[in-house]
Amino acid sequence: MADIRNNFVGIKSPNPFWLASAPPTDKAYNVERAFKAGWGGVVWKTLGEEGPPVVNVNGPRYGAIWGADRRLLGLNNIELITDRDLYTNLREMKEVKRNWPDRAIIASIMVPCEEQAWKAILPLVEETECDGIELNFGCPHGMSERGMGAAVGQVPEYIEMVVRWCKQYSRMPVITKLTPNITDIRRPARAAKQGGTDAVSLINTINSIVSVDLDNFAPNPTVGGKGSHGGYCGPAVKPIALNMVAEIARDPETYGLPISGIGGITTWRDAAEFLTLGAGNVQVCTAAMTYGFKIVQEMITGLSDWMDAKGHRNLDDITGRAVNNVTDWQYLNLNYIAKAHIDQDACIKCGRCHIACEDTSHQAITSMVNGVRHFEVMEEECVGCNLCVNVCPVENCITMDQIPAGALDKRTGKIVDPNYANWTTHPNNPMARQAAE
Amino acid sequence: MERLGSGSQAGIAAARLSQAQYDANFSDLHPRLDKHEALVASDRCYFCYDAPCMTACPTSIDIPLFIRQISTGNPLGSAKTIFDQNILGGMCARVCPTETLCEQACVRNTAEDKPVEIGKLQRYATDIAMEQGRQFYNRAASTGKTVAVVGAGPAGLAAAHRLAVNGHSVTVLEARKKSGGLNEFGIATYKSVDNFAQREVDYVTAIGGIEIEHGKALGRDFSLSDLTGKYDAVFLGMGLAGVNGLDVEGNNLDGVEDAVDFIASLRQTKDKSVLPIGRRVVVLGGGMTAIDAAIQAKLLGAEEVTICYRRGKENMNASTYEQDLATANGVIIRHWLAPKSIIGKDGKVAGIEVEYTAMADGRLVGTGETGIIAADQIFKAIGQNFSASGLGALQFERGKITVDLEGRTSIEGVWAGGDCIGTGEDLTVSAVAQGRDAAESINRALAAGLQPATAVA
Repeated sequence: MADIRNNFVGIKSPNPFWLASAPPTDKAYNVERAFKAGWGGVVWKTLGEEGPPVVNVNGPRYGAIWGADRRLLGLNNIELITDRDLYTNLREMKEVKRNWPDRAIIASIMVPCEEQAWKAILPLVEETECDGIELNFGCPHGMSERGMGAAVGQVPEYIEMVVRWCKQYSRMPVITKLTPNITDIRRPARAAKQGGTDAVSLINTINSIVSVDLDNFAPNPTVGGKGSHGGYCGPAVKPIALNMVAEIARDPETYGLPISGIGGITTWRDAAEFLTLGAGNVQVCTAAMTYGFKIVQEMITGLSDWMDAKGHRNLDDITGRAVNNVTDWQYLNLNYIAKAHIDQDACIKCGRCHIACEDTSHQAITSMVNGVRHFEVMEEECVGCNLCVNVCPVENCITMDQIPAGALDKRTGKIVDPNYANWTTHPNNPMARQAAE
Repeated sequence: MERLGSGSQAGIAAARLSQAQYDANFSDLHPRLDKHEALVASDRCYFCYDAPCMTACPTSIDIPLFIRQISTGNPLGSAKTIFDQNILGGMCARVCPTETLCEQACVRNTAEDKPVEIGKLQRYATDIAMEQGRQFYNRAASTGKTVAVVGAGPAGLAAAHRLAVNGHSVTVLEARKKSGGLNEFGIATYKSVDNFAQREVDYVTAIGGIEIEHGKALGRDFSLSDLTGKYDAVFLGMGLAGVNGLDVEGNNLDGVEDAVDFIASLRQTKDKSVLPIGRRVVVLGGGMTAIDAAIQAKLLGAEEVTICYRRGKENMNASTYEQDLATANGVIIRHWLAPKSIIGKDGKVAGIEVEYTAMADGRLVGTGETGIIAADQIFKAIGQNFSASGLGALQFERGKITVDLEGRTSIEGVWAGGDCIGTGEDLTVSAVAQGRDAAESINRALAAGLQPATAVA
């Protein structure tokens, strides 16, 4: 049985699945239910400074996009940080932590970008005996208009400054939560590290308008005829999050910086992917908001069963295992040649591979052979692009088969070179020519 | 089923069931999908390239497109996609043997033995458009040309509509008192409820330019030559008026009836409790008519209904789905049995003597072994035939009208389609395709005649 206990910057939890700071972690009632269901930890919904709490809109807060059968693929929200009194939250955090000592409780914090504001709240949070703090530099809506959230996360200097204050005025581990609404995610990560952060967590939500109400010509969710951009999350954002996690994991300046991976994690497989790209644990929100807290049981068993099947003993065995295989395009082996192959027994003859290739790619798949509906790859035309694999509705019906070194590539008429060769040395690369001259 | 009264149930009798039971038995076989069901069902379509379902449809409806239009919340656009190819798409959605056409071809069958519910989705879209009275076509400017259409069944209506769209004036001559042909008279009641056939006729004729004259039968009230002299073109779509006879002893006994008449009377009778049905019923035949008659006999309260077919299951014209529907309703289907004689008692049917059959040297032969099935009523569903009166010198092949690929007959200016032509398939949807295509051919011919003569250079 694989050991999936998690130790993230010294914060221990029975598994690597935390609930992200969001509506599911706004109060003791929800968090207790989450712990009962099996979640390893929670990042409590973001606390604001002492005083009258923020108010939320009283109309719709969420919008969504759906896939087939109305499966929720992307969710967008315009909710703000907790709208409950600071002391109510602190009291409940302390109580829940006392009742669930083996689970992680992290306090998410967002106060104005002033030293005094941070200095004031940190001791109050520390008093709850929670396990750490997460700096919310990510929320892209509402709070950012007030100079907080993403407004901080988009300025590396501010990140470094606030992290420094937190390390100065608190003993707690600091996790800096990053906004993806930035050109190069490595910059804020480097700044956080520079400030002394213990870890980064990412991604927060992405600026988004999820849809437009075509009857009222207003973005959804529409509040009194108007809409505002929101923060996008859910399965649709996972690829963006994976890339950003990998970018930080392989950046020499932040290499080894612990990462809590967030963004569209819905199944054990999603979580495992984040771990292999360098995340030390993961945070989940939309999946829980879609299906309830019970989904963690699928994640726990799935991850554990997969690790057992593959002989991975603990999370350290898998964390970061894919990082070294993420590289720049220019280093990809141009002598690696693959061609699509269609398993005729598995093919249901929908023809989507053909029309995708015929209309939009390389005209490399037949539709009719000897007067019979038949889909087959013409190797002399196939560039190995993989589009057919992606549009095929049957898993593993189309596979990409490597042409071994020494064999003929029917498209180019050349023998496949066994040696690794990339763009940097390719004769068509003007930079390569320059270097040679 | 609940039995009424304490009297004898013997012989042929009406009112075998409670009113509630009749209502339940003759309600819609497949209620229309609601919006949620339609969205779930439409999500399953793969939007195939050169979709096999579309190829399998005799009217070539663009099925992937209409389903995608449903899934994107555009049922009216979907209905137009259907009507563009098949103006009787509403009825076809109800009566098409989709299990042997589009849904059999669906790639989801290969994937998981469960096709996209194309027929139900088609009904969803067409019902919405028809309920809103939404007409998608405007008549072209009048051409001044007149076309006679014989028969207001699926072929005739499809032809009339396409001709009217193209600006021709159409007169439909229908022998019966009501339009619709087999849609009105020949379909099992539970497949088309709420007077749908007539509502569809109204929807089709709402385009304008179509006059239907009822009670006008070819060969009785007019001949083909009357029409060719009076109209610019003629389309013959009168179906099969005759039924094949059963040449065995006892075929005149009380209780021996044609299945098509039974089905027609069911459709034309609102109160089903007045319809008499035998306690024990035998249906002879292996096609859709046999199935429809057998199931409805059961639904009317018959205790025992047996279909006798002289060949094997694999030879039955009725689809597997229809056969299963019959057996699910308690009908017994027996194969390799041919009628030998009908046994009477006091002038009424008492049973039928059947002979076992077998294939010998590629021919069907009786084995000599016989048996008797007790019955009060026998329905003949052994095929219909074409009655060729009033057609003059028109050419036939195997008893039906000879046509070319465009539906042109041997007489210039006369087209034909539907069950009355040699290639007729006994399918509403094929009749619609033939009527539509003949109308296009007529239109081309008339348009050519309308063009001014080429100036001599």
